[in-house]
Amino acid sequence: MTTISGKKREKIDRLAELAGRDDERGVSLWQEAFRRLRRNPAAIVGAVILGLFLLVAIVGPFLVPHPADAQLWKGEIRDNIGYFPGPRAENWFGVDHIGRDEFSRMIIGARQTLLVGIVSTLIGLAVGSLLGGVAGAAAGLGGKWGRALDNVIMRFVDMLLAMPSLLLAISIAALLGSGLTTVMIAVGVVSVPVFARLLRGSMISQANSDYVLAATSLGVKKPKIALTHVVPNSLAPVIVQATLTLATAIIEAAALSFLGLGNNDASIPEWGVMLADAQRYLDAAPRLAVLPALAIIVTALGFTLLGEAMREALDPKLRK
Amino acid sequence: MALLQVDDLSVTFARRGQRTVHAVDGVSFSVDAGEVVGLVGESGCGKSVTSLAIMGLLPKQPGLRVGGKAVFDGTDLLQLDDRSRRDIRGRDVAMIFQDPLSSLNPVIPIGLQVTEVLTRHRGMRGEAAKKEAADLLDRVGIPDPRRRLKEYPHQLSGGMRQRALIAMSVACQPRLLIADEPTTALDVTIQAQILELLKDLVRDSGTALVMITHDLGVVAGMCDTINVLYGGRVVETARRRPLFREPRHPYTVGLLGSVPCLDAGPGERLKPIPGSVRDLLAWPDGCAFAPRCARRIDECVGEPPELVLAHDGRSYRCLNPAPVPGTVPPWATGGRAATDPATDAPTAGAAAPAAADDATAGPVPAPREKEKP
Amino acid sequence: MTEEAGTESDILVEVRDLKVHFPIKRGILLDRVVGHVKAVDGVDLSIPRGKTYGLVGESGCGKSTLGRALLQLTPPTGGEVRFDGVELTTLPAGKLRTMRRRMQMIFQDPMSSLDPRQNIESILVEGLQTHGIGTDRDDRRRIIGETLDAVGLPRWALSRYPHEFSGGQRQRIGIARALVLGPELIVADEPVSALDVSIQAQVVNLLEELQDNLGLTYLFIAHDLAVVKHISDVVGVMYLGALVEEAPSDRLYSEPLHPYTRALMSAVPVPDPDVEDRRERILLAGDLPSPANPPAGCRFHTRCPWAQPTRCADERPALRDIGGSRVACHFAERIASGELRPHKVSVQIVRPEGEGGAPAVVSAPTEPGSYV
Repeated sequence: MTTISGKKREKIDRLAELAGRDDERGVSLWQEAFRRLRRNPAAIVGAVILGLFLLVAIVGPFLVPHPADAQLWKGEIRDNIGYFPGPRAENWFGVDHIGRDEFSRMIIGARQTLLVGIVSTLIGLAVGSLLGGVAGAAAGLGGKWGRALDNVIMRFVDMLLAMPSLLLAISIAALLGSGLTTVMIAVGVVSVPVFARLLRGSMISQANSDYVLAATSLGVKKPKIALTHVVPNSLAPVIVQATLTLATAIIEAAALSFLGLGNNDASIPEWGVMLADAQRYLDAAPRLAVLPALAIIVTALGFTLLGEAMREALDPKLRK
Repeated sequence: MALLQVDDLSVTFARRGQRTVHAVDGVSFSVDAGEVVGLVGESGCGKSVTSLAIMGLLPKQPGLRVGGKAVFDGTDLLQLDDRSRRDIRGRDVAMIFQDPLSSLNPVIPIGLQVTEVLTRHRGMRGEAAKKEAADLLDRVGIPDPRRRLKEYPHQLSGGMRQRALIAMSVACQPRLLIADEPTTALDVTIQAQILELLKDLVRDSGTALVMITHDLGVVAGMCDTINVLYGGRVVETARRRPLFREPRHPYTVGLLGSVPCLDAGPGERLKPIPGSVRDLLAWPDGCAFAPRCARRIDECVGEPPELVLAHDGRSYRCLNPAPVPGTVPPWATGGRAATDPATDAPTAGAAAPAAADDATAGPVPAPREKEKP
Repeated sequence: MTEEAGTESDILVEVRDLKVHFPIKRGILLDRVVGHVKAVDGVDLSIPRGKTYGLVGESGCGKSTLGRALLQLTPPTGGEVRFDGVELTTLPAGKLRTMRRRMQMIFQDPMSSLDPRQNIESILVEGLQTHGIGTDRDDRRRIIGETLDAVGLPRWALSRYPHEFSGGQRQRIGIARALVLGPELIVADEPVSALDVSIQAQVVNLLEELQDNLGLTYLFIAHDLAVVKHISDVVGVMYLGALVEEAPSDRLYSEPLHPYTRALMSAVPVPDPDVEDRRERILLAGDLPSPANPPAGCRFHTRCPWAQPTRCADERPALRDIGGSRVACHFAERIASGELRPHKVSVQIVRPEGEGGAPAVVSAPTEPGSYV
């Protein structure tokens, strides 16, 4: 009778087990998404851009060579012939139209931009998620009142969505007066309907999934199902959207500042305001417009790249 | 000379940062004119990829490599440029897919989609094309074909859509029809209608048919020759009756044991194959089925098993095939006179403990104990 | 009263005239109900304790809805469901939740029925916590461990996530989730149809083994007649929301009485060339009519090769006892005796759901050979 050599049998059995047993602990979906993110070049480029931006915004203002609002080189400006000192050793990006150091203003502006972007996105995320979450939960719990509440909230959100975003922002600014807070609130409100609809839709589709039915059949109470199953599984698209919204928030904030609805405090530079100021000197010193515009674009691009890469990493359809 | 001769077909997907996937790993089979050939296997065995590779329908992507030959009537389909391949496709070789809704264009009426094929390959136009299209729909059993011509795919039921799709594929009287799970999305009674229709078409027109399916019942009723695929290779080829009556490859045996029979007595248990389709051994390291195989022996690991040619055109890729039922197993009589010539001495001896194991089922194959008496 | 108590101990589930109608709504702002899809329309059945009741039928026949309505996961429109003598349809929500421990469900798609963000341990512990089973963490771990052994999963599965398993293993996880509560009834809704053939057999065997060891009662819902027949003691055949035949599984195979059962039986492909070549196929004409607008009279009469001009089109047949089977056909005896012969049926075009309105009925002869 043939006996099977121990070594070969071990090999077969090990191979058979390999399928489910690469390492000791399981890999959760988030970990798996992060692994995929790390393999995506777009995500890495986006992350590097954002890393630099964060570094500049946080550390930069402490290291700037000159104060942002000091008109140190006012005397050198020849406004009648449109001459501003260009890039040189003491002013890397040159001097702006009233004699301030452009480089320092750009750096301090980064912090403003980051602040406006994050705060306004957070406003949109918080209010939108609250509305969408309540509507989604109400729709999921069902019943006459649940459906009515869902209907009321969503019609309100539809109204917000129906208005052109910039127009909405301008009217809010008109109501509250111009200023940094206004910009943040206006940009935040504009993104509310996006988050609300996204979270509600995501929650409703999750609520119809089999694992929610499975939890119901286990006897778990509806509110608990909503909190432990529906909401966590609905968050991925919202997080992706928040990253993408950061990009549009920065652009919209810049646009509002450009229109003069932003901060009036000249001592706090902001890329949108700088862009607005520079447009009168486009001929004489195009860099004054190009540099802040470029900064806005690159930052927005960084957020967009990262957001799209996250969408890809978290999309269950792309999972094998 | 066979109508289609597929020789050592291989398809590999190489992805950045991931292991190369051998979706098809040296598949060979042939189809004679007018013959119905079955490709049977479970998910991941490479049966669908094989058909797509033959038709040149694999999505072009970096890292995709198709090797081997697929000679149709003297021309290697894999070497053709896109243009001549498109000419052959639809005219000489046609394909039917699993999901008729996604293979029909949702915004174009059925009639236009059928006439399009007629115009492209047969140069028919206008009223003549319309009449021919209506005849085709009639032939595949769609009632009131003239009116159906103006309708859109979503207005038809699943069975009717599949009929429309079949009408399109047989529009040019192709010599070879490849049907990839044509009835999997349909209910049993509708499946019976479609299978009957395919049988009639094949019988009437002499078209050769390659039937790709996971359902052994479907091939049992239709196919002349059956190829069983596992892990991207053909593991057994046989005519219909011998395959079902005397399966030789342990995988075929396992598949047959896994299907409940309508006429089985009460209390009979199924005999599943342990493990899952994921438990593959790479072919160069031995037999891909070895990790799940109840008749595994020493020699199964190390070298890939060669295809063993037996009489009557059947062949199997196994070192220790199942004995032919009816012949007396050697360990029962103590002798080994009555065995098939392919069952040589050492393998016959190893078969005894293997058979004792075959009931153990689990997610991971149970290791065989040395102490087993 | 003693008699009733006696029957209750034998019959675990009793369903009487169960109806589930879904409203079809139209309208932009205010929903208007324009009709009802009668997914389940008057089903009576009873499941004996420790036995398997198989429910078979084609897609759209309402078998899954029936399973869910039985567990009160879809609220029934009418009828009664008695579980071990307790009427479920009128039970307050809190009491129903407590009852759920005794009746569990297994789903078709093992991937979508497992929360992708939970690891196996938290999937299994959820039900235990809900019902307060187990005294502490260690006790729960012990229960979970025993359940894993019972379904044939290794212990290292606990810290892993559903997407890391193969289809068959995921279905074992789904079975473990149902089993961990120690239920008496398990409703298995197409538990093997998403799996490969070789894996199907593993899961079917596992379910049989569990029944033997734990005395479980199953409602096994599937479209695959061979699998249902294999696992069930009694099989009910559904067509358009109603049972057309119910019989012990052997009898259903040897003596199918309803024309639909006969057609279904003859349509199942059998992996045996001899059987395939010999048998007569009863090919049904056309498709399943829309459950929103089922045919009057016998629901099957539009496709029935034995349909008669009298009664079939205007009188809905009730289930009758014929020699151990229950059949809903006016002419079952005369068909069985061979007195009535099958005839040609013209195809009626059936519009897919959502096309609205009454299905346009267009008649045309089918191709030759589409009747017996």
